[in-house]
Amino acid sequence: MKRAVTVVSVLVGLHLLILLAGFVAPYDPTTQVRTLPFAPPSRIHFVDAAGIFHLRPFVYASAPDGAGDYYVEDMSVRYPVRFFTRGARYSIVPGIESDVHVAGVDAPGRLTLAGTDGYGRDVFSRVLHGARVSVTAGLLATLCALFVGTVLGTLAGFTGGVVDRIVMRAADVFMAVPWLYLLFAVRAALPLHLDTRAAFLLLVAVLGVVGWARPSRLVRGIVLSAKERAYVRVAEGFGASPLYVLRRHVLPHTYGVVLTQAGLLVPQFILAEVTLSFLGLGIGEPEASLGSMLGTLQQYHVLASYWWMFAPAIALVAVAAGYHALTSLAHDRARLVAS
Amino acid sequence: MAQRLMRLIGTMFGALLVSVLPLTAAAPAALFTPGEELQVERAATGRPGGRLVVALRAEPRTLNPLLVADAPSREVVGRMTGDLIHINRLSQAIEPALASAWTRSKDGREYTLTLRKGLRFSDGHPFDADDVVFTFQALLDARVASPQRDLLIVGGKPIDVKKVDEYHVRVSLAGPYAAAERLFDSVAILPRHLLERAFMEGTLQEAWTTQVAAGAIAGLGPYRLKEYVAGQRLVLERNPYYWKVDANTRRLPYIDELVFLFTGNEDAQVIRFQSGESDVLGRVGADNFNLLMKDQTSRRFQLADLGPSLEYNFLFFNLNDLSGKNLPQVAARQRWFTDVHFRRAVSLAIDRDAIVRLVFKGRGVPLWGNVTPGNRLWQNTSLPRPARSVADARAVLKTAGYSWRSDGALVDRQGQKVEFTIATSATSAQRTEMATLIQADLKELGMDVRVVPLEFRALLDRILDTFDYDASVQGFGGGDADPNGEMNVWLSRGTNHYWRLGQKQPATPWEAEIDRLMQQQLVTLDIPERKRLYDRVQMIIAENVPFIFLATPHVLVGARADLGNFQPSVLDHYTLWNVEQLYFKSQGRSNGR
Repeated sequence: MKRAVTVVSVLVGLHLLILLAGFVAPYDPTTQVRTLPFAPPSRIHFVDAAGIFHLRPFVYASAPDGAGDYYVEDMSVRYPVRFFTRGARYSIVPGIESDVHVAGVDAPGRLTLAGTDGYGRDVFSRVLHGARVSVTAGLLATLCALFVGTVLGTLAGFTGGVVDRIVMRAADVFMAVPWLYLLFAVRAALPLHLDTRAAFLLLVAVLGVVGWARPSRLVRGIVLSAKERAYVRVAEGFGASPLYVLRRHVLPHTYGVVLTQAGLLVPQFILAEVTLSFLGLGIGEPEASLGSMLGTLQQYHVLASYWWMFAPAIALVAVAAGYHALTSLAHDRARLVAS
Repeated sequence: MAQRLMRLIGTMFGALLVSVLPLTAAAPAALFTPGEELQVERAATGRPGGRLVVALRAEPRTLNPLLVADAPSREVVGRMTGDLIHINRLSQAIEPALASAWTRSKDGREYTLTLRKGLRFSDGHPFDADDVVFTFQALLDARVASPQRDLLIVGGKPIDVKKVDEYHVRVSLAGPYAAAERLFDSVAILPRHLLERAFMEGTLQEAWTTQVAAGAIAGLGPYRLKEYVAGQRLVLERNPYYWKVDANTRRLPYIDELVFLFTGNEDAQVIRFQSGESDVLGRVGADNFNLLMKDQTSRRFQLADLGPSLEYNFLFFNLNDLSGKNLPQVAARQRWFTDVHFRRAVSLAIDRDAIVRLVFKGRGVPLWGNVTPGNRLWQNTSLPRPARSVADARAVLKTAGYSWRSDGALVDRQGQKVEFTIATSATSAQRTEMATLIQADLKELGMDVRVVPLEFRALLDRILDTFDYDASVQGFGGGDADPNGEMNVWLSRGTNHYWRLGQKQPATPWEAEIDRLMQQQLVTLDIPERKRLYDRVQMIIAENVPFIFLATPHVLVGARADLGNFQPSVLDHYTLWNVEQLYFKSQGRSNGR
């Protein structure tokens, strides 16, 4: 039970962070600060150059030294960390906008908690906004896949016969298609100019459409076995309509499977989004997504020189591990109930 | 640092006096054939032996000098072949090679070349005028379809090469041609005795694939084929008949074996070099160069920043005639692209210094013209270099009838929002980075720009064939310093006239003017006059901005610290152009690994 509370609260916390990305992130994820490429994370100080302790943490502005690859802190001015500062405008959900950020420092100081990328953009802000894109895509695609999968699986299992065969063969086809290549082809056929929202919806639609096959098979199997049970037969004998039987006696059996599938599919689809963006098929620049951020690690010099560029990988591991822990909890619980 | 290096290289070159010296009986008889007319590299002294490993980005496609089109093939074939007249990669001037001397007729249409006597191909077979005539015959044969063929068509007609006697050939051109000697650079002289039969049978284009047996291929270069392992490596061995000797009359090259490894990409090349698996590093990006700089001393590298390259990167818009294509959206956006004010405003808004700083890590220079500072002879230094100014760019747009909506978006006269796409090659991280910076720059003008990285073939297909794109970032140059190498870019019917391809007649008066000037410089033999004409071309290009020039990277190369005579150049091939003079300073190394 204690484990369940921990897992759930960690997951909820992560999702809150992601939902409130604009508020938590100190900066706009697309703003370039061209004087600060690949700057390491800001060091949060309590003791200044003169050895005096300050209760309010502060940062120093840093600037590249001559060669351009090392940053040195300018210790002459302290930039204390302020809370609930005003900065770039953002929206939490469409319609709710604000410019208040949890923390920040006065310009020209920069509070870069996870360093900056090659354009001087704040990596911490980009990870939060990028995770928002990736996780939302994963959740929506899961909903989409489960909805289609459940409807088709139920239809196939409950009706049987020709419908069953058609739907299941279609599922076989979808599982056999090398979807990565399919996606390359789809992207090549689309116009070059695809705005971010369209690209995002396309991504979700593709993941959902590709992912319905497995859940639909599982649901079909359960529906098939459930509809043969004695009490279902009895209900039918009493004149219950097929819809009533379905709603009342058959579908409830599928909930467990659907929920477990959800727990498995969400991280899987997040990873799929990451893969696509990593390969340049997802959300384009300057918008962030975990995959496109990880894409820069393909370059050897980034991989070898700038450890903070791994931040999106850490975020990804945290979210995926959270969902897997949740799924295994649900699984244990289901076994407990069954025994 | 770069300047100091350039100066150093300059002085080194001064010491490298190339002269022709028929060897006398003083040379050890066993080593040399009597009457062999060798070239002496006075500055070259080194230690023989050893094995040099070079990591190639990709596997060469062919070993047939007639068909070489890709960089890895050029890199390998260049080490196995010799040319008649050579462009010195350091001085960018011409120098004698297989032809020890030549004369030009008064009208500039006829050249008589004197070949070195007594030379042998790498298989020991003697070389004479018949081989030269055969080479040009093969190059100009339409069935062979050599990519070099077009370069040898002067004044509308192929050049004519005739044998005068065993060691003299006469080359006739249909019209006068400036810097005609440069035509001979990198034209590999082929062994007639090995290839004539294939030529007669019409199978020359199938000869000398990468599967060729080592005994069936020969050339006049410092190395010859030893072994080819598909997918892994290509091994060349020293050509014992090579026609250059050092100051001590020791026959070059020094190094016994040259091994090319196939790696796949630049990062893999860098990793191989860093780990000591390869000895020479061809051109790399500034990021990787800086990475290597960090352990330059601990790992004993010599890294060289040679200053600006000849390559120019540019942004260009699609100005193609779309009347035959079904592309209404692109055609609608061309309303902006064809407006020179629009292009000038874009140029003014681009932060070239940021490109140099962020993309090239400071190892590059901003550009306002197609000739880079790396090309000392031909750059028009009086081109205007307007500093970046968003305010000026906005003023230009305003006078051209553009305005801004309340949300800051730029709209044209018809109220259409200005938005377009920059297509880049997904394999070129640097060009995509440039486009991303431009995207942010143009946002300040209210333009909504998207950057779309595409697979390289798909991108070329759009630029060259379907014309289904708005704008792109590309790069050209890096070959020869002479303006003739740029003909196919600037002539309105040129195959690299990217912004508007396939013109039968020049589409604009200024393109017609460039055509005229480029044709004229081609037939002008007087160098200062040619320079004046080419300066004018550069000025017209700068005024009409068909290309918006961005920046040029420095040429960055490296080698093991104990590799002697390593004198990289800004011209292709950057590191191995003097491979015959390279040697290992330390005995331990030169014994191989």
